[in-house]
Order: sequence, then C-alpha cells, then structure tokens
Amino acid sequence: MHNKSIKQLSAMLRSRMISATELAQHFLARIRSSDLNAFLHVDEGLTLAQAADADARIHFDDVTPLTGIPIAHKDIFVTQHWRSTAGSKMLENYVSPFDATIVTRLIDTGAVHLGKLNCDEFAMGSSNENSYFGPVRNPWDKDAIPGGSSGGSAAAVAARLTAGATGTDTGGSIRQPAALCGITGIKPTYGRVSRYGMIAYASSLDQGGPMAKSAEDCALLLNEMAGFDPRDSTSVRRPKEDFTQNLHQPLAGLRIGVPKEYFGEGLANDVAQAVRAALSEYEKLGAKLVDISLPNTALSIPVYYVIAPAEASSNLSRYDGVRYGRRAEAYYDLQDMYKKTRAEGFGEEVQRRILIGTYVLSHGYYDAYYLQAQRIRRLIAQDFREAFTQCDVIMGPVTPTVAWNLGDKADDPVANYLGDIYTLSTNLAGLPGMSIPCGFGQGDKNARRPVGLQLTGNYFDEARLLNIAHQFQLATDWHQRTPEGV
Amino acid sequence: MHLNLSDVQHIANLAQLELSDTQAQKTLGQLNGIFELVNQMRAVDTTGIEPLSHPIAALMPDLSLRLREDNVSEPDRRDAYQQAAPATQDGLYLVPKVIE
Repeated sequence: MHNKSIKQLSAMLRSRMISATELAQHFLARIRSSDLNAFLHVDEGLTLAQAADADARIHFDDVTPLTGIPIAHKDIFVTQHWRSTAGSKMLENYVSPFDATIVTRLIDTGAVHLGKLNCDEFAMGSSNENSYFGPVRNPWDKDAIPGGSSGGSAAAVAARLTAGATGTDTGGSIRQPAALCGITGIKPTYGRVSRYGMIAYASSLDQGGPMAKSAEDCALLLNEMAGFDPRDSTSVRRPKEDFTQNLHQPLAGLRIGVPKEYFGEGLANDVAQAVRAALSEYEKLGAKLVDISLPNTALSIPVYYVIAPAEASSNLSRYDGVRYGRRAEAYYDLQDMYKKTRAEGFGEEVQRRILIGTYVLSHGYYDAYYLQAQRIRRLIAQDFREAFTQCDVIMGPVTPTVAWNLGDKADDPVANYLGDIYTLSTNLAGLPGMSIPCGFGQGDKNARRPVGLQLTGNYFDEARLLNIAHQFQLATDWHQRTPEGV
Repeated sequence: MHLNLSDVQHIANLAQLELSDTQAQKTLGQLNGIFELVNQMRAVDTTGIEPLSHPIAALMPDLSLRLREDNVSEPDRRDAYQQAAPATQDGLYLVPKVIE
C-alpha cells in the first residue's frame, strides 16, 4: 500500500477500497517501527482526527486529489498543533500560534498530516548532521547521510513513511536530499510558494516545494502548495496553473542544454555515467542535446556563501531570548542574556554562518563582499538567460558524488560547501529546479546509493519541468526502486 | 587577507554571540578557510553591473515589493503570541533591568 502513488491512493480512497483512517494507521505504524530519525514530532491522535475528517469529506464526496493522503512537513514550516523546532535547540519546545500558509492550504485540501520532519538546523546544511535532534539515516544505506537540509523529508519518502512531504530549498535543500535518497523533488520559481510561516534562513533564496515518489505526485502536491499569498511580500501574483496538465506531452524536439561546467573536474565517474545514461534515454524519447556553457558556475559557491549568511545573520537576530524560544538560564544583564541565549541555542554551523554574515555586512566590508556577491549574482542569472535562448531545459548532475558516510565531512565546512556546486546557482537566479532518480553509484558501497538527475527550467516553467520528468519516469523505473525491506 | 583572533571576537560581539577563547580559536581557522573560498570573487570585474537582490528582478526589471493599505487587518492575539515567550507579565515581555 505504501508503494502506491498519490494518484493511486486517491482513487482507492474515492472508491472506498480503503479509508483515510486505515491509510493513516498504516503509515503511523511504519513511522513507529522506523529507526531513521526522520520524524521529530508525531501525534497519532491529531493525525487520526484529521483522517476522520477526511473520511467524512469522502463520505459526502467533498474531495480534492489530496483528501485522505498522508503527508508530512519539514520542521521549517510552523504548525499550531505540532512543535516547530527548525532542528534547533533554540526552538526545542516551540509551538507556533499560527500555521504556515502552505500548511493551511494542505489542511484545507483534506490531506492528513503525519507530523514534522527532521532537518539541518534552520535549514543550514547538506547532510542533516546539523540537526540538534541528531542526524537522519539514509534508508538505502544507514551508514550514509540522507543529504540536507530536507533530509528527513527525503528519507521519509524513500522509506515510504509518508506518501509525500514538503521541503525547502535555499541552495539545493530539496534537490540534493531527493537525489541522495532516490526520490523526486521540485524547487519552484522564487515566489511561487508562500514563505509565510516558513522559518526564514535566507529570504531572497528560500523557496518551499514538494518531495514525493514521482513527478506526477509532485505535480499534485504543487497544485495545492503554489499560489499568491498576500502575507508574503515576495509572493508572485500569477493565474492558477494545473501542473498536471502538460504531463503527457511528448518530448520530440525538446532541446536539452548540457552545461560543460557540470561535467568537469570533481564529478565522480559513477555519477557522471548515470547522468549520461539518463541523457541518452532522453535522446531516445526524441530530445536533442545541446552543448551550453554557464561560465560563472564555480563562482556560485563564494557568492552563495556570502549572500545566504548575510541574510541569515539578519533573519536570525530575532532569536534574542525575549519573544519566543529559549532563554539562557543564568546571565547578569540584558546583553549577557542575548549572548548566552544565542551561544547556547544555536549549533556550530548556524553560529558560523551568523559570524560570516555579520562580517560581510559590517562597516568597511559591505561593498567588497556583499555588493560584489550581488553583482556576480546578476552575472549568474544572465548566464541562464543566455543559455535558455539555446535550449528548453538544462540537465546535469545534482551532486558531484553519491551520499557520503555519516561523519565523513562533519567537521569540514568548506568540504560541505563545495558539494553544493551544481545546485546553488538555480537559487541565486530564482529558477525552478528538480531532481529525479536516474540510477545508482558503482562499487561496493556506492552501488546501493542513488544518483539524481537535475532539471533546471526557465522562470515559471514548472509544468514543463514536471512534464519532462514524468516522461522519463514513464520510460524508466528508477523512481519505483525502493531500499531493501521497504 | 586573514582574520585574527581579535577579529573573530569583534564579529561575535557584533552578532551578540558569546564565544569562548577555545571556540574562537577553532572558528578562526574555519572562517579563514571559508574566506579563502569567498575571496575568489575579488578577481571578477563587475564594473557597471547592478547588484541583484531579488531574483525575479532578473526577469522583471521593474519589480517592486508590494505594499498593502495601512489599515488594521489582524485580530489582537497577544495572549496566544506571548505563550511562547520565556517571561511575560501583564501582557508585557520581561527582560533584565536596563535602567537603574
């Protein structure tokens, strides 16, 4: 049952083959017996009450495609009924007085919420090892990281602990864990999905999106998640779109841009081979490969690691031990309370990024670092603009390697940052991007570790991206592979 | 350019973070590693390039942030909002005394 798609489960619910309550119980039992540390807060009573509501809606034929479908949220989205921690000690027992917009939207569809999913603290990380509540394990190989920062979301979908999940992507945090856990995820165009109630990391880069077993399931979820929200000042006002509408279009004549910078030094052979094989599969489906160049790709790392920490240092100044969250136990005055609260409440990586951000915004360094980064950010966006005159979609690897072992890079921030090379520029330009499973690594350990294919589209071209991904998934079965025992 | 220990303590002070000398020492090495990476930007000639602060402005140059009408749109939910606060009294947030 847990291997069925959202579309199949929805049909089963409507035809009364199964009830929303039975479905919720099935997934809750799977979560209970899981040892991945993917969930941070589960409240079976709340979930079953939502399932009972969904069953009542089904009884009266008041249904949406998600009514009764079990989903879970990355613990970056605030919820009134489940704790909202952002993976941080700072918010260990925080309960929000309101729901994030996307949570409200999904509750309104009748989707059944299973709980909150582990992630890197304040979404800062690529391995999920920065969670205060301990790392998530990769269901394909429990010695491996699941990726981050939406590692709990990716692991939970891969282990079939939920039919779908939400994630957030600031520099690759949906696409990278989706790739390393062998699932499908889409980061929409900046402004598509409301950031209201999404605990802020870097506001000009953060974007929420769905993570699920297939492109079709992601399209169904995105249909309900996307849309204008007056409460988010950067939400984009556009006509409502049905992201499932174009799924069945054939790909004949599709021009796929293959950036040479994504296949250079640093890309592991096994990942390159899986990605090349996927590109050949697309040629069989009628697409043409076009060589393109994104010349500023390497600069996306320094640019991102200036802009994101700068915005983070500003956003995270709200954690002062006064209005919400943790307060240090002992202090001698207000200043000392701020300093001790923040030193005790934030983990190492978060503190590091706050320090970098504070420095690059400080007097005398603002022009050299922050403004220079924003100027190169424009050059990166222009590279994509130029590329999209030659192609309809850009494809390449999501990550230079398959998932690494837990602990391998834990104390080496630069090594972690370098692994983000293929995903950061999409966020800097604000473009939509996807990861779909396209194979496995090679060799003793890597043969069990998934590889993701990255698809980057032009602004607001999500329906096209989902179509291109869906056609691949009709022709291949990588997205249907499951870890042993699932 | 390299940071030294007193730079790190100065930045931590600006960021309102208490940092012990041992932590500052460890952080120093890591920050210098990160800034080695960041300094790759310096070689890029960006004369005449406008900074890009909102990604969609790359697509729509006239983009401006939306403002709403200045009227009351939210109900008073002070009690609900203060439930998450570490210390409150009579609807106020409590902090250590700042004025003697």
